[in-house]
Amino acid sequence: MTADTPQRPPQRPLPTPIDRTQPFWDGLRERQVRIQYSPSSDRWVFYPRSHAPLTLADDLEWRDISGEGTLYTYTIARRPTAPDFTGDEPQIIAVVELDEGPRLTSTLVNVEESAISVGMRVRPVFEDVPGTETTLLRYEPAS
Amino acid sequence: MGLRGEAAIVGIAEWKPERRPTAPPIFTLEQWAQLTREALDDAGIDPAEVDGICATNIRESDSFVPSTITEYLGMQVNFAEVVDLGGASCAAMVWRAAAAIELGLCNVVVIAAPSWPSPRPPNPPNGPSSWRYGASSANYGSPQAEFDIPYGNVAQNCGYAQIAMKYGAEYSYDAEALAKIAVDQRVSANHNPSAVFHNVPITIEDVLNSPMISDPIHMLEIVMPCVGGAAIVVAGKDVARRSKHRPAWISGFGERVLHKTPTYAEDMLSTALIPAADQAFDMAGRSREEVDLISVYDCYTITVLMTIEDAGFCPRSEGQPFVREHDLSFQGDFPCNTHGGQLGFGQAGLAGGMSHITEGARQVMRRGEDHQVPDADVAFITGNGGLMSEQVALILEGD
Repeated sequence: MTADTPQRPPQRPLPTPIDRTQPFWDGLRERQVRIQYSPSSDRWVFYPRSHAPLTLADDLEWRDISGEGTLYTYTIARRPTAPDFTGDEPQIIAVVELDEGPRLTSTLVNVEESAISVGMRVRPVFEDVPGTETTLLRYEPAS
Repeated sequence: MGLRGEAAIVGIAEWKPERRPTAPPIFTLEQWAQLTREALDDAGIDPAEVDGICATNIRESDSFVPSTITEYLGMQVNFAEVVDLGGASCAAMVWRAAAAIELGLCNVVVIAAPSWPSPRPPNPPNGPSSWRYGASSANYGSPQAEFDIPYGNVAQNCGYAQIAMKYGAEYSYDAEALAKIAVDQRVSANHNPSAVFHNVPITIEDVLNSPMISDPIHMLEIVMPCVGGAAIVVAGKDVARRSKHRPAWISGFGERVLHKTPTYAEDMLSTALIPAADQAFDMAGRSREEVDLISVYDCYTITVLMTIEDAGFCPRSEGQPFVREHDLSFQGDFPCNTHGGQLGFGQAGLAGGMSHITEGARQVMRRGEDHQVPDADVAFITGNGGLMSEQVALILEGD
């Protein structure tokens, strides 16, 4: 979809997938955004769960999506949000609303601060964390 | 439905918040004992009359918290509650205590928020502290650990800044109006000798010139972390009538709990306070116009702005002009956080959330001293936990 971002040192906190969520992380490794869908409630779901929110239907199934969406909101952290992120500031911490509806936490890359605006179109950037099996889902402007 | 207003806050203990502790660490259980004694002394109630407690976490035990406390205090109670709603915990404990009293379960309930440092064990276990990421959980299987922490969406500043940014994109953002909240509250802090920023006035320019921490939030729009501790005594009407002070009757409450991380909010700008405040006013049979002061959770200036709107003191999106048009200090036409708020008084852990309750009660008790609102009879109080997502509203009234 897009080129990978530059490599970063791997001492940042990384996700530890559980069986339930592994398909999402496997998808990212394959350059694919894959989230859950509940046919009975006709609703897309993120983050991955055992049961659909509110209806508690147990019919969640994995489906591939484009991963594209809009920037719901963001902040630019001028101080590290935790000691583990020292050196990463400014961190552009985003909430992305997927076109299917659910929102997720990410960071914006490949963008000037002045070019960021709530509601802008964004697309996935897959970042393989060196020396690990983890791929993180970051976002950049779609145009 | 609801309370009859037959339970009241009758006693208060509150340690002066400090940015750096000037006294040695104290175990949480010892803080419980001291705060309980001070609050009961303040009310003029004998410790033997206590038959209920409400607690938050304690350092000495991860579970069995109430029985650990009652055993230590030598008390036997009919009502034992642990509340885990972050900054909303203390407000949530107040209505639980009042409800238990009105149900006839108990008559005198102590609520404590010990927030002084505890001694470190001589051989501390290795590994990162569970508070490495603030209130975000890094435990195995935690959704935050997997989907939020790796992206730096950690602790509080980031989420509140995202909410403020969304507010600005949806309505408009008046940075000076937000800054004025901190300035007006500081006026009250300057009249409160217990406030950490007593006698430290600030201007709107000071706020806007303070470092940007997480856009659009400046340093002086964020609470100052402190150490401290507080406790209150809630009692039924017979005990309240013979206590030392004018009781602060608990006449209404509402509570609403939504989510932990704002990313997953149904609507980031529709806070849990809206239904909680409506319920509290309905229960008390009070209108917004009858409120003499508000004492509302203020971890950030944006929290106060959205609270004023969502509690119904002005329409949605009109908070910024409202703040510009009103004086929020204790001597103003819309007294808000007359102790200085946590922005001016200091945030001593969960005792910071308690400070809104102690101040609301103090005003209704007419014990506000240099920052007393004249003839204060009705106080509106909030507790806010998580990120605008765990909200409790309370109404306190004098006779």
